[in-house]
Amino acid sequence: MIARQRLKPRDLLIPTPLGLHCPLADVYIDPLRPVPRALVTHGHSDHARAGHGAVLATAETLDIMALRYGEGFTESRQAIAPGETVRIGEVAFRFVPAGHVLGSAQIVVEARGLRIVVSGDYKREPDPTCAPFEPVACDVFVTEATFGLPVFRHPPAAAEVAKLIDSVRLFPERSHIVGAYSLGKAQRVMALIRQAGYERPLYIHGAVEKITDYYLAQGIPLGEVRKVTATERKAMAGEIVICPPSAVQDLWSRRFPDPVTAFASGWMRVRARARQRGVELPLVISDHAGWDDLQATIREVGAGEIWITHGEADALAHWCGTVGLKGMALHLVGYGDEGEAEPAETPSGEDAP
Amino acid sequence: MNRFAWLLDRLSYEPRRNGKLALIADYLRSTPDPDRGYALAAMTGGLVFRNAKAGLVRSLVAERVDPVLFSLSYDYVGDLSETVALMWPARHGANAVPSLPEVVEGLREAGRTELPGLVAAWLDALDETGRWALLKLITGSLRIGVSARLAKTAAASLGGLPADEVEQVWHGLEPPYRSLFAWLEGHGPRPEADDPAPFRPVMLSHAIEDGDFERLEPSAFAAEWKWDGIRVQAVAGTHADGRRVVRLYTRTGEEIGHAFPDLTEAMTLDGALDGELLVMREGAVQSFNALQQRLNRKQVTARMLKEHPAHIRAYDILADGEEDLRALSYDERRRRLEQFLSRLGGERFDISPQIPFADWGALAAARADPAAAGAGADAEAVEGCMLKRRDGPYLPGRPKGWWYKWKRDARLVDCVLMYAQRGHGKRSSFYSDYTFGVWRVGEEGADELVPVGKAYFGFTDEELVEIDRFVRRNTVNRFGPVREVTHLAQEGLVFEVAFEGLQRSTRHKSGLAMRFPRISRIRWDKPPGEADRIEALEALLPAGA
Repeated sequence: MIARQRLKPRDLLIPTPLGLHCPLADVYIDPLRPVPRALVTHGHSDHARAGHGAVLATAETLDIMALRYGEGFTESRQAIAPGETVRIGEVAFRFVPAGHVLGSAQIVVEARGLRIVVSGDYKREPDPTCAPFEPVACDVFVTEATFGLPVFRHPPAAAEVAKLIDSVRLFPERSHIVGAYSLGKAQRVMALIRQAGYERPLYIHGAVEKITDYYLAQGIPLGEVRKVTATERKAMAGEIVICPPSAVQDLWSRRFPDPVTAFASGWMRVRARARQRGVELPLVISDHAGWDDLQATIREVGAGEIWITHGEADALAHWCGTVGLKGMALHLVGYGDEGEAEPAETPSGEDAP
Repeated sequence: MNRFAWLLDRLSYEPRRNGKLALIADYLRSTPDPDRGYALAAMTGGLVFRNAKAGLVRSLVAERVDPVLFSLSYDYVGDLSETVALMWPARHGANAVPSLPEVVEGLREAGRTELPGLVAAWLDALDETGRWALLKLITGSLRIGVSARLAKTAAASLGGLPADEVEQVWHGLEPPYRSLFAWLEGHGPRPEADDPAPFRPVMLSHAIEDGDFERLEPSAFAAEWKWDGIRVQAVAGTHADGRRVVRLYTRTGEEIGHAFPDLTEAMTLDGALDGELLVMREGAVQSFNALQQRLNRKQVTARMLKEHPAHIRAYDILADGEEDLRALSYDERRRRLEQFLSRLGGERFDISPQIPFADWGALAAARADPAAAGAGADAEAVEGCMLKRRDGPYLPGRPKGWWYKWKRDARLVDCVLMYAQRGHGKRSSFYSDYTFGVWRVGEEGADELVPVGKAYFGFTDEELVEIDRFVRRNTVNRFGPVREVTHLAQEGLVFEVAFEGLQRSTRHKSGLAMRFPRISRIRWDKPPGEADRIEALEALLPAGA
């Protein structure tokens, strides 16, 4: 028998314009265009696209894709539970929670003793709406770097939500319009508001409804959530209304009584970002790891080689070099089109109301 | 310091003017002296620290953070104070949080050697917002959307007075303005204004719109040329003891007289003139380029004075001696201006001529061809017309219905985006500074793009998002913070660029320099190969240039 040679990382996974490709199993991870076989880390539309031949993902991610694209989003699908392993040829794929949004997973890719972890998008802060990130020791760690600059140190989310609740107490005659990405952030903000002891109903924009209903159906407690109708807007003084970011500056928000515009995003750390959007109450709440957590995670998984898919890749790669790790920016084009990964999301990037 | 930082933080996010006014007034009302006075000084640009400068901040942070990470972060955030405030390694509870007077007096009095330690200790003690506010004080530009005028308006509201009342006494005051607050709050006398040459807020115009002409009666208006120079206010006055003071202010009240001794010497009569700062040689107005040689100079050389002689083309008079003329009508002030200038004499000041016209059509013809309509050789320095209502008083700010500007139609040219860089200020962290080029025949006979200018505005926020995405997805090369964007005949992005004028320039590879370029339209539809050629631009050069 011929001694099986140890693989080089690029034999196991190779960055291509379509996304990360595993030639030994002929699958793509989070492919940017339709492919025969796709492994999907989570439901944000830049990672989860419609039109593949087959999709392997967590049950929640598959449900979210079906909700957003319709049941025909793929020809065939297979659900995989957290911790479960699926073998394709000689490669083992294991899905592990990533702590980003409901159903989000890292994908552990392993063959001939070489282990690469594709973390997708992730965060380390506790989130009442999804399972926490689990670090997995590996040879190569594939990470995002959406907030890969030392200016992005996210404060505790509870303190940010306290600002919102203080403002509601201070201005009972005004309505508070909170922009939050419709998948994940909106539901997390609602859960955080509940954790802070706020008991009044929370109001939502139509574009947030489908996913919120799904979270509720999965047993995530968000308290009483009501869709705000056009005629009710005038009566929203003193209430909190959650809407997609694009609606904050829309005509839609102007019908509310003297609205205070808030926005929940890691980008709110940078003042110019808040001002560019006309945000009066910035809430620094991120669903991506900040600078300190990126570093802590890289140290924790113990990989010698770090591949950086998107975001502020140059800065993180530089830091890797300063601590003796091999950091490589892959400059994958196409991620960061939905939600927080895109600093300035356009109205067309959101679900229609 | 925390309360002041809180105020700046709130102001920076408050978009409404009335909201800002309320925040400042509330702060001034509820904060004791001298804290509130130093805060007012900070907002009116009245605090200058000799030793505390941006360079100090840079060197402090350089000792503490990785230089590559710093420059990537600064490039992203686009604001030095904010970058440092966010990156500063926290040492909570390290020292006591300083008060605002402690900070201001410390920055003023500390020597060069003790300053770094002092500032570092404060930065350690403050939180992110506090650090940001402290660094804004040191670097001297708050950039929170509060003008000196707005801050004075808020202060005046403490006494229920209009801002002009504060403006009248302002130049005699020093921070922390105890006497001003005492007067405004009704427990002190009006401070003596001992400045005989104060700045008077200027009157600004609105851009005229097509529909306006139908409503406006031509005979109610006088027309003047709009000059492509710098709006200034030349003010002279005499102290009770006979000392004369002559000042030259920009339209925002900044004093620039030290750079123009040729003008201040020639202002031999007391009064206040409003006019355009130009460079004139042998009776002819020179290009804006020539004027730029005289701006932002600390030292004025004899040669500069000789080669670029400064001139004021006056169009209004606000005071004659101690007599305030602002309440008079435009026609009346114009007569007084003529009298004043004839008494003043000399070559440094002249009057901006009026354009005779019977109806709007005639004025449109004059605007289209200023040379034939009386501007003669100075036509190149005309950027349009001003319309001023004959019965109008001189009002501060931008009052509606009195003054209109009617600019010349801009020139348009289709250019190809070549390089992009992240912007600063409002548009920071987006790729918002664009270098664009037009086609020419290269050395080897093939067509190539040559850069002809740079622009960073003219597009909407939504368009910026799209261009930013285009840049990030079509980067072919990176040079530090600059990204080279794909620019082939079939692949790239075309901008319709508007500009006011064109000059020969040795600084640019193309040999041309645009005046006031901005993106007028984004031509997503146009292949770069169909953008303009350099010959189209050269045809627009003024004759003889």
